[in-house]
Amino acid sequence: MSTHAEAIEQGHGHEGAHEALAHHFDNLEQQREAGALGMWVFIAQEVMFFGGLFLAYLIYRMKYPQAFMAASNHLNWKIGTFNTAVLITSSLTMALAVWATQVGRSRKVQVGFMAATVALGLVFLGVKAVEYYEKYTGGLIPIAGWFDPVGHGIHMPDGVTVGQYQMFYWLYFAMTGLHALHMIIGVGIIAPIMYWAWRGKYSPEYHSPVENFGLYWHFVDIVWIFLFPLLYLLGAHFSAGH
Amino acid sequence: MSEHIVPRKIYFSVFAALLVGTAVTVFAATINFGWANDVIAMSIAVTKMMLVLLFFMHVRYSSRLIWVIVAAMFFWLLILLLLTLTDYSSRSWFGPTVIH
Repeated sequence: MSTHAEAIEQGHGHEGAHEALAHHFDNLEQQREAGALGMWVFIAQEVMFFGGLFLAYLIYRMKYPQAFMAASNHLNWKIGTFNTAVLITSSLTMALAVWATQVGRSRKVQVGFMAATVALGLVFLGVKAVEYYEKYTGGLIPIAGWFDPVGHGIHMPDGVTVGQYQMFYWLYFAMTGLHALHMIIGVGIIAPIMYWAWRGKYSPEYHSPVENFGLYWHFVDIVWIFLFPLLYLLGAHFSAGH
Repeated sequence: MSEHIVPRKIYFSVFAALLVGTAVTVFAATINFGWANDVIAMSIAVTKMMLVLLFFMHVRYSSRLIWVIVAAMFFWLLILLLLTLTDYSSRSWFGPTVIH
């Protein structure tokens, strides 16, 4: 209580600690813990959000295994592997960005790591855009009237119907699309965080936004860690590569 | 500050492990192990997830309150997947499956 009053009397000094402490917290440690808890509860909700789609994938994959393998075989696993490596690296740079604020590195270092994270995220999204366009020209967008793999030269193996093939691609677009949306939102959120980092707002005493955004970004990475083998690697042992 | 700062060396080790895990997953997928392909791929994915959770997301160094939230997450997902599977499996919905 007294330290807070002193902080007000001192005015807005360069001590981020007092400025950042909201009045309903006793100290920064409690505030930090409360913020992290809030982000974790949000992530738990996100697990529920994606969990439903993973469940749908699980059920339909068990229902139509051959169709899912054939459809997965048509995805470019090399591109998928590259994107996985890109996202894993972006998680590393984000962890290092949090570290930089924790140990009080310069604003340039902090923003540098965040910029690297954004750059890698944009690479991922760019690659996904190219993939989606390939699906579009290949008649694989799962919209009635648009979905026509056979007409674009894709042969349906024995026992596989176009409807089953389409179910895989519906799940592919729903899951990777929702994931990409989360990445786009992530890039949008880190932008103001980078701005405040550049303004010198974050310090070893206060860097909650960076840390909590890191939690979000790592979660999005975890989702992709599961999406990649489930969507891209089913048909890999069918035939060499594509 | 009682916040634990993870040494960079650990971050880089985790990063390397994640890349290795990805490579192993891709390589294992090119060989037909039958039903074991799924087990291998998911085991590696779960391991990678645990590494990201524990070290990148600092759960290893977090309070019990955070551990409870993370555990609850997994528990909920387990219920969603397993109980729904018991429902579908106990009907003839899946039918005869032939995996090449």
